[in-house]
Amino acid sequence: MTAHKSLLIKVYFALAFAILPFFTFAQEHESLEEAEEEFDATEMIMHHIGDAHGWHFFGEGENSFTIPLPVILWTENGLVSFMSSEFHHDTEGHHVVEKNGMQFVNLHEKIYRLEEGAEAVEFDAEHNPVNASKPWDISITKNVAAMFITVILMLLFFRSLASHHRKNTHAPKGFNNILETLVLFVRDEIAIPQIGEKKYMKFMPFLLTIFFFIWITNLLGLLPGAANVTGNIAVTVSLGLFTLGLIIINGNKAYWKHTFWMPGIPTWVKPILAVVEGAGVIIKPIALMIRLFANITAGHIIILSLISLIFILENAGVAGVSVPFALFITVLELLVAFLQAFIFTILSALFIGMAVEEHEHH
Amino acid sequence: MELLYVGLAALGAGLAVVGAAIGVGKIGGSAMDAIARQPEASGKIQTAMIIAAALVEGVALFGVVASLLGVLR
Repeated sequence: MTAHKSLLIKVYFALAFAILPFFTFAQEHESLEEAEEEFDATEMIMHHIGDAHGWHFFGEGENSFTIPLPVILWTENGLVSFMSSEFHHDTEGHHVVEKNGMQFVNLHEKIYRLEEGAEAVEFDAEHNPVNASKPWDISITKNVAAMFITVILMLLFFRSLASHHRKNTHAPKGFNNILETLVLFVRDEIAIPQIGEKKYMKFMPFLLTIFFFIWITNLLGLLPGAANVTGNIAVTVSLGLFTLGLIIINGNKAYWKHTFWMPGIPTWVKPILAVVEGAGVIIKPIALMIRLFANITAGHIIILSLISLIFILENAGVAGVSVPFALFITVLELLVAFLQAFIFTILSALFIGMAVEEHEHH
Repeated sequence: MELLYVGLAALGAGLAVVGAAIGVGKIGGSAMDAIARQPEASGKIQTAMIIAAALVEGVALFGVVASLLGVLR
């Protein structure tokens, strides 16, 4: 019975993996056949990995299936909000939306406010708009919506695990057991070895949150039609800033002394080392943020490029090579999704561990 | 001219990858040696290997991102 069951699971997984890349790119086929335009791989890839004001699934123009998301703008006349569907899928700045006596256009997914009396957006030689300015844009974009989904999932998962442990002392069953294994993995493989037995508990909430947030968003980003959240530099900058903030707040006296006035070396070397070590404090989170951003973005670009090859070479036979290759990369991305979450968390723990470490001698 | 920039960016990305490949290769090889010698310490060696590989890879990704910025100027 068990053997039969495990075979069934294997077949399910094999089918799911085999179909995954086709789903993602079926949309591209359709839209291209209709439009009969020359295929621009760069534009397609940038559209896929970029943020947007609506959640686009498939189709082109008015026939597309897009979930509208709220646009929220802070202007000199106060808060303005409307649904992104009011732009009617226009990202070239043609469709003008009027709200509170102000005119807005959507230009390549950036919202511009037209100046008084302007009828349409005008461009200079470098294709920059001359009669429009950007208001503060705090919209719920595709990436923000995807982050909300991750947050909701995490709340659902971990609230149920926490409530189980509030009532019982025995190990949980089913999905909660998997979660507990992962929580213990973060504690025993990441937090304790890097930060130390005495102080790790203080940083467990941060490490667990960052680990599961990155992992779940990475995995959701691999789904067809999903957003590329961790491949957005603004998101990874924020994650890196959290780590930097924790290092600065929790760094003890010995850490700052070793950073800016290293004991045990000739005095004339100390200022030079202080500059280098001081830069190191900032560069560590920058490296974290670039690593996550570049890994996830590179993965998306490779998959999209492989599929684009079919359209660039205009030969269906290429699909025989590029689709299996895209499948291989997609499966590899499942591993990368976990590995990047693990590396971000373990390096954060390492840096925090360096900042809180007790120095007994010198 | 445009093609030259794209070519230079591709060359830069390629050079970054060569550097990372040498680094990760050396780390992986040494980790294999170490695990073969002390299989009981493989867990610790793997963790240290992944951290070192991530640091090397980070430098390569700096190069790739710089090349990407060169293309997308």
